[in-house]
Order: sequence, then C-alpha cells, then structure tokens
Amino acid sequence: MVNRILALLIKELLANLRDKRGRLVLIVPPLIQLFIFSFAATQEVKNQTLAILNLDRGRPALTLERDFAAAATFGAVLHLQRAEEIPEVIDRQQAIAVLWIPEDFSRELKRGGTAQASFILDGRKTNAAQIVQGYAMRILDDYRAEWSAQGQAGGVRLESRNWFNPNLDFRWYTVPSLVCILTTVVGLLVTGLSVAREREMGTFEQLLVSPLQPLEILIGKALSALLIAMVEGAFIVLVGVTVLGVPMNGSLPLLFGGMAVFLLAIIGVGLFVSSLSMTQQQAVLGAFMFLVPATILSGFASPIENMPHWLQTISFANPLRYFMTIVRGIFLKDVTAAVVWAQTWPMAVIACVTLSLATWLFKRRME
Amino acid sequence: MKAMADSSLVIENLSYAYGKTLPLALDGLSATIRPGIVTGLVGPDGAGKTTLLRLLTALLLPTAGSIRVFGLDTRDAAEPLHRIIGYMPQKFGLYDDLSVKQNLRLYADMQGLSAPERRLAFARLLTFTGLEPFQERLAGRLSGGMKQKLGLACALIRKPRLLLLDEPSVGVDPVSRRELWRMVGELVDAETAVIWSTAYLDEAEKCREVLLLDGGRLIFSGPPGTLTERVAGRCFQVRGISGNRRRVLARALQQPEVQDGIVQGRDVRIVLRSGQAPPAPMCLDAGESSWLEPVAPRFEDAYVDVLGGGPGGISALASAMAPWAGEREVTVEAAGLTKRFGDFTAVSEIDFSIRRGEIFGLLGPNGAGKSTIFKMLCGLLRPSAGSGRVGGFDLRSSPSQARSCLGYMAQKFSLYSDLSTRQNLEFFSGIYGLSGARRKETVARMIDIFGLRPQLQASAKDLPLGFKQRLALACAVMHEPAVLFLDEPTSGVDPLTRREFWTHINGLVERGVTVLVTTHFMDEAEYCDRIGLIYRGRMIASGPPDELKIQAASAALPDPTLEETFIALLRQWDEGEGAKA
Repeated sequence: MVNRILALLIKELLANLRDKRGRLVLIVPPLIQLFIFSFAATQEVKNQTLAILNLDRGRPALTLERDFAAAATFGAVLHLQRAEEIPEVIDRQQAIAVLWIPEDFSRELKRGGTAQASFILDGRKTNAAQIVQGYAMRILDDYRAEWSAQGQAGGVRLESRNWFNPNLDFRWYTVPSLVCILTTVVGLLVTGLSVAREREMGTFEQLLVSPLQPLEILIGKALSALLIAMVEGAFIVLVGVTVLGVPMNGSLPLLFGGMAVFLLAIIGVGLFVSSLSMTQQQAVLGAFMFLVPATILSGFASPIENMPHWLQTISFANPLRYFMTIVRGIFLKDVTAAVVWAQTWPMAVIACVTLSLATWLFKRRME
Repeated sequence: MKAMADSSLVIENLSYAYGKTLPLALDGLSATIRPGIVTGLVGPDGAGKTTLLRLLTALLLPTAGSIRVFGLDTRDAAEPLHRIIGYMPQKFGLYDDLSVKQNLRLYADMQGLSAPERRLAFARLLTFTGLEPFQERLAGRLSGGMKQKLGLACALIRKPRLLLLDEPSVGVDPVSRRELWRMVGELVDAETAVIWSTAYLDEAEKCREVLLLDGGRLIFSGPPGTLTERVAGRCFQVRGISGNRRRVLARALQQPEVQDGIVQGRDVRIVLRSGQAPPAPMCLDAGESSWLEPVAPRFEDAYVDVLGGGPGGISALASAMAPWAGEREVTVEAAGLTKRFGDFTAVSEIDFSIRRGEIFGLLGPNGAGKSTIFKMLCGLLRPSAGSGRVGGFDLRSSPSQARSCLGYMAQKFSLYSDLSTRQNLEFFSGIYGLSGARRKETVARMIDIFGLRPQLQASAKDLPLGFKQRLALACAVMHEPAVLFLDEPTSGVDPLTRREFWTHINGLVERGVTVLVTTHFMDEAEYCDRIGLIYRGRMIASGPPDELKIQAASAALPDPTLEETFIALLRQWDEGEGAKA
C-alpha cells in the first residue's frame, strides 16, 4: 500500500511540476499577487480631515491639539467652536473624526486625575474609522509618554503593544494574510483540478481499474497537494521576509505545523470539489465558490467582529479564519504554542469533516 | 466551358513544414483530384493526411508549391474558398450542450443562410441523416455514429463543392459507417469533390481513387485496384487448419517467403513476397488436412506491401513473459449481468464466460451496451443485478484482487501526457505493487521489448501514435495480468501498427493470457476466438466468427463477410422482435 501511494505521489508531483508551464503557474501568479497586494492594496488612511473642538485653553490641551494636527494622517484640520457643530461635520462627511477636548482637560491632568477627551468617528466608514482610531490612540500614547517624561503627576506610560505595527505599515498586515490566501489558492487548485484533469484525459478509469483503492488515490492526491502548497507557502514567507521586509517574530515550526493542518482542511474541500466536477472548468469555478466567501469571512478585508452575528457564527467553520490568526500572530508577535493550538484544533476538526466528505463523495461518484 | 484546371483540385509541388527547423510534414506533393467521385486519403499515422486536408481548407498555407481548388489559389482566395468547402475535422466542433437542431441552427447562422434556405436545408439534412426523430436531443447524448452524422450534416449546411472528411469513421459502428458512406455517396455529383481520409482500408477500397501518403510523400495515386494488382497472385488463405491458428500465423510470418499475414476467423491469410512460391503447408504445421487456397488480393495487402511488409510473427513481449498458469479454466465470467440507469435498462442479463487463453470480442452498434458491460467487468460500474468474476475473484466482494489480475488498455491510451515514457512505466509498475529490484527489472524489460529507448525522456503527449500505443500496452501488461481488457484498442490506428499490436496480443494469448476486446473493426474481430454480438443491451448472438457467418448466410448472401454478418444478424433480430411485438 505504501508503495502504491508513493508511486501515485511521485506521479502527482511530476504531473504538476514536470511541465514548464505547470511550474510557472505555481510560481509566477502567486508572486504577482503578492507584490500587487503588498504595494497596491494598501488600506492606509492618509489625507483625512480632522475636526478639533478645543474648549480648553491650557497648555496640555494645546499640546494635544498640536500633536493631532501635525499627524501625517490628517491632511487638513477643521477648528470647531461649539459642540453643536459636531453632528453636522460628521453628517456631511467634512471630517472623518472629531477630537473634543473639554474645558476641564488641563485642570484634571495637572491635578493628577484622569483627563478625558472624546474622539468621535464616522462609523459609516468602518475600516477607515478603525484605522484612524488606531492612529489617534498612538498619538495619544506619545502624548502621554511625553507628559510623564516631564515628570508630571501620574506618569503612566502606556505600553504601545496593542498594534504590533508601530508604523502602521500596511504591508506587515497584508503579507501574512497573503501567505494564508495564496496557500489556500494553491492547495485548492492543485487538488481541485487533479481528479477533473484525469477525468478529462481518460486516465482516471485507468487508475480505477488498477488495484489502487479509492482511499489510496485520495491519500496520494492529498499528500502531493500538501507538499506543493507547503513549499509554496514557505516560498511566500521567504519572499515576504527577505524582499518585503516583514518581520518574523514567532516560531517557524509552529507556523508550518499550523499550515499543514490548515492545508488538510483546504485539500478536503478541493477533493470534494474535484469529485463533483466532470471538467477542469467546473473544478475551477467550484474552487472559487469556496475561495471568495472563505477569504471574506477570514477577516482579511474587514474584521470579523464587524460582521453581523450570524455571519460570525458561520465564520467559525472557515479554516482560513483560524489560520489567519495563527499566521498574523506568528509573524508579528511571538505567540505561544498554546495560542496556536487554540486555533489549530478547530482546523483539525474541519479537516476531518472535509476529508471524510470528500472520501464519501469520491466513492459514491465512482458508481 | 471551364478549363479542366478550374473544375478540379490541382496540387503542385506542395511542401509544408510546421516550423523552420522541423522536418517537412509534406514533401513535394503533386496530384489532381477530380470532382464527381470520392477520393480516399490513406497512409500510416503521421504521414501528413490531416496536414494535407488543412492545407486544402487554407487553414494552413503551403511552405512551397501551390494548391488550386476549382481555380482558386489557397494563398489568396481563402475567403471565397471557405464558402465552397465543407470540412469535418476528426473532432467535429459540435456543442454538446446544444440540441441537434440548435447545432444545425448555429452552423446555418455561421454560414449566413436565409430563412427559406434554412428550412429547406434542415428538412433535407434531417431526413438525409435520419436524425429527424432526435432533433431535440442534446448532441452530447448522441451515440458516436449519430454524432458523426450530425457533424456531417453541419458540414453540409450549404451544399459544398469540396467536402473534406478527416477520419469520419473512427469510433463508429459498421451500421452507422455504412450509412455515412451512403450519405456521402448520395451527395457526390458531377460538381462535387469529396476527400475521405481513413485508417481503414476496406473503406479506401470503395473509393474510386486513392492518394497514399507515407512520411509526407505521395507514394501512390490512382484507382485502388491499380495498387491492388501489384499483389495479385501472392495472396493465399491457409484453410482447414486443425491446430492453433495463431501459432500457424506466427510460423507463417517466420517463413522467408511470407511478407504479411493476419488471422481471418478460422483461417490465416498470408501475402507472399514478390516472386516467391508459397511455403509448403508442412512448414506451417497447420495440420494434415490444411491447404493453401489462392484468394483475391485486397487493397490492404497492397498497402502493406508498398509500405514494406508487416512486422514479424514473434512477439518479444510474449517470449519474455512466463506462461500464465492459473488454476482456473474460466478466467472471466458474467452471470446475469444487468445494469439499469433509472428506468432505462442499458444491459440486460448478459451471460458468458471466457476460458484461459481465449480472445473474446464484444461487438455491437454504438450505444448497444458494450462499454457498460466492459465497465462492469473491470469494476468501473456496479451491476444492478448479476455478477462478474475476473480471475476467480468476484468484482463485488473483492474488487481490488480482481483488478490486480487485469490489465486495461483503452482507446484513448490513458497515459499521463505530462510524464515521460519512463515515468509512465515507473508509475504503472508502482501502482501495481512492483517494487525494488523487480520493478527496475520489469521497467527495463518493457523498454527493451517495446523498443522504447529512443523516446525515454519524451513526454507521452509528444510521442508518435504508434509509440503511444506500444507504451500503453507496456503499461497495461507490466504486472503480467491474467486477463487483458482492450477497449477499441486500435481505433484510428493504421494497419501496420495494428498488425504489430495483434502480434503481441496473439503471443500473450499463447502464453495463457485471456483477452476481452471491444471493437468496431471487423479485421480486429476476425482475431477473436469467439464473439458476442450486443444489441439493445442484450447478447443476440455469440460464437466463433465463422459460425456467426454461417448463421447469417442466406441465399442472397452465401458467403458473408464479418461486417455483412454483423448487419444481417442485427436485422434478423429486429425482424424477430418486430414479429413478436
């Protein structure tokens, strides 16, 4: 049995890699996507207008106002006079956010108490607003640091750990996501096309009349896809770290362990699609029917927390969601094995389900 | 009055190369093709038949020389030419998801037919092809024969002056083949020229004129009878064979005076080398009562003669294989085999058994249920009722064991096209559980036996057809199977390659291998020990080819050929059923 699977595995690898075109398809399009996404699909927010309503004439308040006005994020600053103006500014989209410094801001701060300022965001632009909020938090952090450095009361220095992307370099966020998405695409297409291609070429029947059991055929196809997609994933990680300069803070064994489990779940989906399709064309369409919703529900483009509840529930069945968390965690912070495990076991469950479904369908379709 | 040159096709010094560095696909061809007749285009695979047809349609332009079709040069009159040409390529561009009528409509639109013209053309073509009752059926669900007829109908939407048919009869059963031939025959009038390319020489023999290509050169043009004359007096049939006729053939082919030979039912047909006397029946060891009877030469004999004779009689493959000594006498068995798809019964209660060392042929029109039976017996389909056994293993209870004793070769040569010759061999040896030294040794032996060494690194997709066939056979027999399943194994393959193939099969059968073969071609069926004729899902006749011939013989047809037998038996059955109804 091991011999037969090995023969099949070698055949699958050769069928995918022997042809020059086949090799190019696996290398060039992912690279192009990697570069296009990293450079073009930036979600950085620049040149936004900030409205400031400063009711406090104290020095601390003026410093805060100055710090915000000087941030690169805000191209223009709109000074307001009265609180009544705020709704209109947001309503007419004259500013993405309003910084509202109340009259007692400086006084509270000097007293060593908690000074409060409000930051009102245009919630309709969900993503931009969240990013702006991130910028605002950072400005505020710097401000606080400066304040305590002057030996003033309180002197709390806030650890600016929550963003792990101090320059908010969007590439740091995109590249790990692309590692997830591109390995998904490769794993899905390699398996999705493999059975359909054999059906089209007429070699499938030849396989079925050999002593190979259906399960052996599936194992051979799954393993070869796993290998190809892992290598592809490693390649993208390498390009991301060396060429695009994204830091790799965590453990590589954890990353690739998670990737293997994730890919098994994806390969199950791919084999399922493949058993269902008669032609490669159908297989590609089927693969994309999974790929697009899975990407959107992964938290790549917009945070899962912003989705309606029922969609959030559905996203628990999406292996990409967990893998995205793992990859980002390992790339940008050195997450522990326990954290990775918490994301890995759901993927293992999903892999069991998709692989069993694929096996069941594959056997059924042979009739 | 038009000049002669304007009323026919004139090919002058035509050469064509697919690339500057590639060898010429056609080399200095000159010929004239007359209207009013069907001209056959024959030659081994890769001789340049399809290239010539594509040059005639102006899809390719000559590298040197010229083609004038009814006075139009293909170089500068492609457009007016396309209006008078009907072309049916090997894979006609039918849309599987469109119905018969929608396909016709599409081609009518492409030809720009007006509404009244269209009504006339559809009525004419639907009656002509007998597709009238199937107008609404999707083209993808038509049988092979009906597909070809629809393809022909689409090529004939606007009655062409030049009709080019590229192997229209591949994969088509004898009944549909005759109909295609009749249809084309009816079409030909003094104005129309037809070129029919084929790998089947009984068809070529029916053409008024033939062009024979080999390696891009024209080696004969003229009436087939002229070529056939060169082997006159050299064709004999060994009759009254009491021993094994396959051994007689092998021995005959070893005689220096014998150039070519095939099994023909119970007899062996041989062609002598020029100027040689026939061998003594003694040397053939065909039994005391055997005798040599001179027979009329056929076009195929002459064809093989021109191309330098057939392969020898000894199969290196068979010699290298140990005799297969199973315990069981019966190696393939079908008992009450039935397959239903919904309420349609595709195959109904088929019973037969094949003994060790026997060749059993499944014959029948397209869509009769042959492939369904075949698929059930190799475990690709689960029977609705009844059972199948291969090598003593029930396909239902122990499919894997049953499969490990069968070798399978399909018409499309299911090789992995992106893998090299060697990689294909290694893969198939691997999945049949060969490993280590035995695997290496087997692969090496196959390379030697089938002469695959020159193309070891080439991808399977780039191999010439004959090579592909050898490789496919090598992959199918590498694990020394007890049973060989062949599904239209030589469909569309030229006679020389076919002979080589059957030499191997005969050799294997002599070693005790059992063969089940489906085929549409009667010369292939003649090799069978027994034939099962499948029609409408039932086996309507079975027995040795010669017995079937006797069964079908009538006053009008005292000595039917196997093809005539086939058609007569189907008709008899139809009449019998009709009487019952």
